[in-house]
Amino acid sequence: MSSGSAPAVQEPDLATAPPSLVALFLAFARMSLAGFGGVLVFARRAIVEQHRWMTADEFNETFALCHFLPGPNIVNLSMVFGSRLRGIAGGVAAFAGLLLPPTLIMTALAIAYARFGDLEVLRRILAGISCAAVGLLIAVVFRMMMPLLKRADPFAVILMLGVFLAIGVLRLPLQAVLLIAIPISIGLTYFLRRKVAA
Amino acid sequence: MTGHSPIWSLISTFGLMSLFAVGGAAAAVPEMHRIAVEVNHWMTDKQFADAYAIAQLSPGPNVLIVTLIGYAVAGVPGALAATLAMCLPTALLAYYVSRLLNRPSQSRWPGLIQAALVPLSIGLMAASALILAQSTDRSIAALLLTAMVAVVASVSRVNPLWLLLAGGMLGFAGIV
Repeated sequence: MSSGSAPAVQEPDLATAPPSLVALFLAFARMSLAGFGGVLVFARRAIVEQHRWMTADEFNETFALCHFLPGPNIVNLSMVFGSRLRGIAGGVAAFAGLLLPPTLIMTALAIAYARFGDLEVLRRILAGISCAAVGLLIAVVFRMMMPLLKRADPFAVILMLGVFLAIGVLRLPLQAVLLIAIPISIGLTYFLRRKVAA
Repeated sequence: MTGHSPIWSLISTFGLMSLFAVGGAAAAVPEMHRIAVEVNHWMTDKQFADAYAIAQLSPGPNVLIVTLIGYAVAGVPGALAATLAMCLPTALLAYYVSRLLNRPSQSRWPGLIQAALVPLSIGLMAASALILAQSTDRSIAALLLTAMVAVVASVSRVNPLWLLLAGGMLGFAGIV
């Protein structure tokens, strides 16, 4: 009866039928092979814009979940996303599509490196690529750091520097550092939010 | 039981590491370096830096540097074992947690925990950059190249692949 009232939640313009297992495998294989220097950008483009399997908000929520869980984010995303559409079989199809083709390529490169890695020309090329790759990583770190610095949140900056020193300079084992840093950070965030709310 | 099998040691090492790898593949690089180069001597510092470069240049998730480490330890079976050990346990964990969280009412904690983990994962990635820079940037020219790529990639949206190829060409020309 009340169908005339304004819809509070706009209907997402999604594809109607969930994709087949083969379609999931192929879609993730394609975004994986396109993903030079990271798959996330291509995954978002394919899932949200091209296939319209999820709305932008659903994608962000799914990715946030995968980001705070341990393990490679995009691999987690493939499993969670595939299983949301087609159950555990869908999760495995997306997971296999994401990993199988690049793993085969990487294995072939590993064999080539073991055989030709000592060639002077290849050494020089790889040295140049390594320098550029480190530069890219620094750029990503800066981009991620900007919101933290803008908020001028002293606790977050101190925690970040602490982890950087412990792992990067002192070379302490990751497990030990995280076992201490994670509870501290969660506790601080919890109490700071309560203080803001109060 | 099979304590001397390199395959088993790859599986246990990366399976365990993945469970602590909060913040993605880049955040796990220092730990991979510590285990593969410093603790187990599976690779030299230079081989590790090469593996990182190859993983960056190749398509697919950057976590696949473990495929290269696995191959260096135990050939093709090692490559496959390391890849699955690094990727499968956490993917299954993510699957179960996502089913759990699909119930409503528990929507407060994920956001809080995620916010708490952000500074830690940035610190981890900064540590990765430092450790990799120490093994690659051994000359002034190399340091300058890294700095230039960092600046260009920070201020522009140029495809990272072009910057990697430019680095490869400068290396080929013998400049860095």
